[in-house]
Amino acid sequence: MSEATTNTADKDERIKEISRFRKAMIRPELGSICGVILVFVFFLLVARDSGMFSAEGVMNWGLVSAQFAIIAVGACLLMIAGEFDLSVGSMIGFSGIIIALMSVTYGFPMWIAILTAFAVALFVGYINGYLVIKTGLPSFIVTLAFLYILRGLTIFAAIATTNKTIIGGVRDAAEGDWLASLFGGKIFYGFFVWLADIGVIGKFVAGNRAGEPVIDGIPMLIVWAIALIIFAHILLTRTQFGNWIYASGGNAQAASYSGVPVNRVKILMFMFTAFCATVFATCQVMEFGSAAADRGLLKEFEAIISVVIGGALLTGGYGSVIGAALGALIFGVVQQGLFFANVESSLFRVFLGAILLLAVILNTYIRRIITGER
Amino acid sequence: MTEPLIELRDIEKHFGAVIALAGVSLSVYPGECHCLLGDNGAGKSTFIKTMAGVHKPTKGQIFMGGQEVFFNSARDAIEAGIATVYQDLAMIPLMSVTRNFWMGREPKRRVGLINVMDFDKANGVTMEEMKKMGINLREPDQAVGTLSGGERQTVAIARAVYFGAKVLILDEPTSALGVRQTSNVLATIDKVRKKGIGVVFISHNVRHAMAVGDRFTVLNRGQTLGTAKRGEIEPEALQEMMAGGQELAELEGSLGGTV
Repeated sequence: MSEATTNTADKDERIKEISRFRKAMIRPELGSICGVILVFVFFLLVARDSGMFSAEGVMNWGLVSAQFAIIAVGACLLMIAGEFDLSVGSMIGFSGIIIALMSVTYGFPMWIAILTAFAVALFVGYINGYLVIKTGLPSFIVTLAFLYILRGLTIFAAIATTNKTIIGGVRDAAEGDWLASLFGGKIFYGFFVWLADIGVIGKFVAGNRAGEPVIDGIPMLIVWAIALIIFAHILLTRTQFGNWIYASGGNAQAASYSGVPVNRVKILMFMFTAFCATVFATCQVMEFGSAAADRGLLKEFEAIISVVIGGALLTGGYGSVIGAALGALIFGVVQQGLFFANVESSLFRVFLGAILLLAVILNTYIRRIITGER
Repeated sequence: MTEPLIELRDIEKHFGAVIALAGVSLSVYPGECHCLLGDNGAGKSTFIKTMAGVHKPTKGQIFMGGQEVFFNSARDAIEAGIATVYQDLAMIPLMSVTRNFWMGREPKRRVGLINVMDFDKANGVTMEEMKKMGINLREPDQAVGTLSGGERQTVAIARAVYFGAKVLILDEPTSALGVRQTSNVLATIDKVRKKGIGVVFISHNVRHAMAVGDRFTVLNRGQTLGTAKRGEIEPEALQEMMAGGQELAELEGSLGGTV
């Protein structure tokens, strides 16, 4: 593009050509791409022989990364639209308990339990958004209130009905349910059997699963993560609604003067965040076969950190879903990698803090470049 | 002259106990630049927001093409052909020129089952329209933040013209600009006027107003102090009306006539 304009006769002499390097610099994903490369190089050096890069190892950190990615996608679109949701973690616990209570304790079919959890989550997301819009309060405060409200309700509901904070038996209740298999199952079993047959991945040699491949399919959690990333990326970068998301976060008033329905956009993004949290919760409940009232603790911050590592600005209006997904990948690889490398796991938090700081500094710098501020 | 594009009669706007506008009338003809002058707090902003559908008038009528119209939202006014370029809210700096240009009216193209934004069309039109206004963009996806203040105003004006504005309201487009940029924006206003669009140019700078204005209306304390045609009034008289007389005259004396 820049070549084409250069050759036209009436080129403005005051416009300096910008180098490819500088152009690459101002992509929001830049920081996270560097981060991913760094992290992989580091663990290839440190933990190559630990099994981290074998099929099982990849599946291990892939799964953890996918968990982060699911909630990061929701947080990413919401942050670009200019808002935060601190109630994501509590929403995860809340949705999980709803599913377990409805299906195990009250005996409803699993699909009704799951649909109820989604309906309730979307409603809570709507309330979050509605309150932020109507009161004009920062979303930080409104969703902080819901962090406590939802967590308290979750624990109360579990204790009041079952006298426990962990409700098990979900796996039996989900047996054969059409909707549950969308969250708990695995796909491409045949493909992995074939991979094992031709020797690309190993097979179990002993125990009651002897002869089966060590990886028996792609968990639905990963499928959801990839589907949500693709959906959100296309929505954000290629559609009219995506333009409205950028505009709402960039400057809500300017956007509404141009006819963008800012309130609707923001409320929908709160609902989408709650939806993602519930996808996470449902997958987790199906995987563990139980729901616990303390699930999802601190997840809201992990989601926000992934998004910030991915290059989004905390002030809204700028960011990338791909970046957030890479942020989640960095997260998953490091958390599991430290385990493979036999490093004390408390260092993970040191890493988190440090990388968050680095990412924010880099983002501020990039913002200065794109907006031309000095 | 022909029929006015828009005519506002005796507009009153009350905010609770505060009377922001106490009967303001104004009309805009095709191809004219109507300057709305007034000091801070005179009611300029309230008045143009009423014209732009942001506020509903407490009393008074708005006519377009002889028909009375009622705007329930900014959207209604935009659809009726009234475009407003706000001083510092014209553009979103973090977004690209193209995304800003099409904000709220994104062109769509169908790909498979979904409607996506037609970026080829959007970029092409943006580059072309900006060229018409005398701005050569490096590329349509450069962020608006990299443009100068005058260029940002011009993007906003180009956008309004492209989307078929009949009346273009410019809220203090020159107040934050340097000399060179101001003359660029004034030149743009002249181009727009020649297309037959009615321009409402809000300013408290008499010099800028005199440079492009065909008619001048002065607001003071929520009331119209009258409308004058170009050539019928001296800049000094306008200045005095805006300030409400006395004090500024004294000040002007002591500053040697430079205000």
